[in-house]
Amino acid sequence: MIEARHVTKKFKRVRAVDDLSFDLQAGGSLALWGSNGAGKTTLIRCLLGVFPAKGTIRLNGIDVSKKGKHARAMIGYVPQELAFHDDAKLGSAIRFFAKLRRVDVRQAAQSLALVGLSGHESKRVRDLSGGMKQRLALAIALIADPPIIVLDEPTSNLDSSGRGEVVDTLLRLRKQGKTMIFASHRPDEVITLADQVLVMEQGRLVQQTTPEVLWPSRSSIRSLRLFIEQGDEHHAAEILREGGFAVNHANIGLTVAIEQHRKAEPMNHLAARGIIVRDFELLRDVQQDDEPEHPVRTEPMSEVLR
Amino acid sequence: MSTINLNGTAHHPRNQSTATVAYLSFARSIMLIARREFRDALSSKWFLLYTIAFTTLAIGVSFMSLAGSGEHGFAGFGKTAAGLLNLIMLVVPLMALTAGAGTIAGERERGTLLYLLAQPLSRTELLLGKYVGLAIALICSLCIGFGLSAGLLAWRAGGVGAGSFLMLVVFTSVLALSMLALGVLISVQSRRAGVATGIALFVWLGLVFLSDLGLMAGTLLFKLRVQEVFALAIINPLQAFKMNVIINLNASLDVLGPVGMYASQEYGATLPWLLTGVIVLWCVLPLSIATLIFRKRGGI
Repeated sequence: MIEARHVTKKFKRVRAVDDLSFDLQAGGSLALWGSNGAGKTTLIRCLLGVFPAKGTIRLNGIDVSKKGKHARAMIGYVPQELAFHDDAKLGSAIRFFAKLRRVDVRQAAQSLALVGLSGHESKRVRDLSGGMKQRLALAIALIADPPIIVLDEPTSNLDSSGRGEVVDTLLRLRKQGKTMIFASHRPDEVITLADQVLVMEQGRLVQQTTPEVLWPSRSSIRSLRLFIEQGDEHHAAEILREGGFAVNHANIGLTVAIEQHRKAEPMNHLAARGIIVRDFELLRDVQQDDEPEHPVRTEPMSEVLR
Repeated sequence: MSTINLNGTAHHPRNQSTATVAYLSFARSIMLIARREFRDALSSKWFLLYTIAFTTLAIGVSFMSLAGSGEHGFAGFGKTAAGLLNLIMLVVPLMALTAGAGTIAGERERGTLLYLLAQPLSRTELLLGKYVGLAIALICSLCIGFGLSAGLLAWRAGGVGAGSFLMLVVFTSVLALSMLALGVLISVQSRRAGVATGIALFVWLGLVFLSDLGLMAGTLLFKLRVQEVFALAIINPLQAFKMNVIINLNASLDVLGPVGMYASQEYGATLPWLLTGVIVLWCVLPLSIATLIFRKRGGI
């Protein structure tokens, strides 16, 4: 379904995506995992044909660089945050995209119903909550029933309830057989939604693996957010990575994927190297309420990736 | 009617060639974007502001046209058209340049450009669609101003000279399209709407004021021949527009001095076509360059 070969995207001298290749079969779900600046968003934009890149990307055999319009007709794209004219009404916005995708405008109503936004057609985009905006973006992405869904950190701006709604919808789509590529900073989302993970670092593919390999004790994984002095964040992320922790340098603090019973370890690890953790919070995971609480054997990330 | 299915291949009736289907799809996408752009423009403050300003000034000029001769009330169409000329040369380029400058740069700044480019839409379709939508909105804005002014003139001063007035509307619309194309070119090159508007204002200043001063200085400094002065003058679309309107009003270009006399004698009846060609070129060239840049550069 998706075939990427030696994809390279340079911005002046910086290689945002560096010689990256992967395959994804129809119905598969691939997570892009890595810190800010790892190249996840750039790779997504290359897949969409928005950024021209070296190498080849084929969707169902269609070369994105040569037939971008046709390739994009197969993709439903959900950005980090829906960017659409704030004055537009939800109903007219979705009808516009229905026409753009050459589908009957009645499908717009169906698409809104699918994400639970029926009855909100007269609301203006600016009046929607973050969760509703993301669900609208999903509705727009699904309007033409595309076989591929591409999502760029779709829950990063949502609270736990909004995140749960979006993840539930994505789970349903997976069950329907949609092919999915998504970037995420949250291990719980990757575990729930992905069957493959591309671990990226500074534009390069570190490993193409599975959530089970990255997080063997998947049932008790928690997302821990550490707040460190701003100038030290990058250094702290490096130290944690060297220590075998799965860490993302997101917009707010460092997010560390850690087993339920080892939550203090990253902080101790940083303290031993002179990095002070100002504050921390335990992020509420998508399926937290359903998970069994039991200790499991874990391995450092460095060993997992070896 | 063509549709793109989930495999990205086009379904279309067998009697339509692939080229026809591609053309229809191209035209349909442009019109869809144009409709959205037009609707957005109608609900925007700039459209309202410019329409009110232009209409008020146009009616004001119509009323004042007889003031110089010691009479009061509305002048005829011909005199009003002449009176409107300078107003148009100031206001219309400002309207069109700033409207064009905000279009792509504004979408880029709001983050909406990425979302549009992620849809099954080519960059050319998006750019041309936005241009067409803005062009229709601008022409509507001008037509409201001219229309109200013409209605009042017809009511108070009769219909004499209405043909010249109508031609003025046509020339003004073409001038607006050329300035809009220049604005779109600025927009494609700018990352922020504020920067694009700033550049557009500078270009406006250059076309309206500085080019005349530059031409005068150049003539004096380099002792340019009259044909060179004429060639340099008509490079500026505003000057080409002015000469065309003067010819259309059946006035002699002699009012423009030796350059006007030279143009009349040298080009005769072909002069209006030459001047119209210059303005049309100012539509086609910037828009083509903007499309090429927007397509080639990629990214957002």
